[in-house]
Amino acid sequence: MYEGAVQDLIDELGRLPGVGPKGAQRIAFHLLQSDPSDVERLVATLTAVKERVRFCELCFNVAEAERCRICQDPRRDPSAICVVEEPKDVVAIERTREFRGRYHVLGGAISPIDGVGPDDLHVRELVARLSDSAVEEVIIATDPNLEGEATASYLSRLLKDVGVRVSRLASGLPVGGDLEYADEVTLGRAFEGRRLLNA
Amino acid sequence: MPLYRDQAIVLRTYKLGEADRIVVALARNLGRIRVVGKGVRRTKSRFGARLEPGMVVDLQCFEGRNLDTVTQAVTLETYGDTLSQDYVAWTAACSMLETAERLTEDRVPALQHYLLLQGALRSLAHQEHDPGLVLDAYLLRALAISGWAPSFYDCAKCGAAGPHAAFHIVAGGSVCPACRPPGSAAPAPETLRLLAALLSGDWAIADAADERHRREGAGLTAAFLQWHLERGIRSLRMVER
Ligand SMILES: [Zn+2]
Ligand SMILES: [Zn+2]
Repeated sequence: MYEGAVQDLIDELGRLPGVGPKGAQRIAFHLLQSDPSDVERLVATLTAVKERVRFCELCFNVAEAERCRICQDPRRDPSAICVVEEPKDVVAIERTREFRGRYHVLGGAISPIDGVGPDDLHVRELVARLSDSAVEEVIIATDPNLEGEATASYLSRLLKDVGVRVSRLASGLPVGGDLEYADEVTLGRAFEGRRLLNA
Repeated sequence: MPLYRDQAIVLRTYKLGEADRIVVALARNLGRIRVVGKGVRRTKSRFGARLEPGMVVDLQCFEGRNLDTVTQAVTLETYGDTLSQDYVAWTAACSMLETAERLTEDRVPALQHYLLLQGALRSLAHQEHDPGLVLDAYLLRALAISGWAPSFYDCAKCGAAGPHAAFHIVAGGSVCPACRPPGSAAPAPETLRLLAALLSGDWAIADAADERHRREGAGLTAAFLQWHLERGIRSLRMVER
């Protein structure tokens, strides 16, 4: 244990995802030794992100206006919606340059054991978007693990009678993983080889 | 023993750090274990989907100071993978996995719980019966293994031969007119017959039960479970009947 403020910082950093106790300690001492102006910039960025960034009213991607950059872009194909779990998955798919449609961010995957059901995700909003007749295909790109699969099963059943094509990213993505860790080539191929869930 | 091996059913996982997962599993000989799967969230992980809920694996682990690390995992049964393709069966499976986690303890052998869970997952994956019935049969038998078998025939208090009309969760199930506490319920006799059949494995009776009695039975089973566990089973709320 360290004295007051240092320990508080280590505790705060340790609450961040992906940061263990050792990592928190390392970051804390790095900050302590940094130039004050560097730390001020970091603080300003953190404040700005909480003040300015919100979630797109349409697709729930991160946005700096009511709608995100992708939803505002008239060149994006309105006939296809790619459904992902998190905003970071949008970034991963954008990197492949394989998809020119729009997105829908669920905000997670269905996880009964964690108490997360369809009502806790942006599922209702997805269904509402599909009443717009411009949408012809929904591509489900939840994580290639069993929670992602179960979420895809739920969505494909839900959307069965909506009158849109529903497809799932092809395997080629080895199961068990997080979408964000897929390399661009594999993820790009997964788009090309997506399989139809309703015929 | 720095290195050990056992067959195990993965109950749940938690994300750990950048790409690892903590895996909670029910091992055949060891009971409930918590182990770390290193790098399993990378899509190129050699463990792939083997360390996911509902999968049955032959595990080899290295004993660490705090947490043990998985060094090898060979798939024995892919129930989890099969069940994730069917949402109703998946929610039933999640309720069973969550219940198994709650009824077992770290490193306390629980062979009966292991065998019951494996059998129930197999039955779900092979679509042998309605998922809701498989789930309730599992829950009632899991309670029985833990020493909380409800009675659906004889009086739970004095043992007087049934059937009895009154039913009381806290008293332990069916109660005779002399023992019945105030506020006892009076479920349909068919519902009690269904629950007794699920507990004893009489599937001919269970499969023939109608919707109304299945629903009432599911409610009573959930109430029993809730009474014996301090916190409810979260997955149960999401099971579609
Ligand atoms: Zn948007
Ligand atoms: Zn009695």
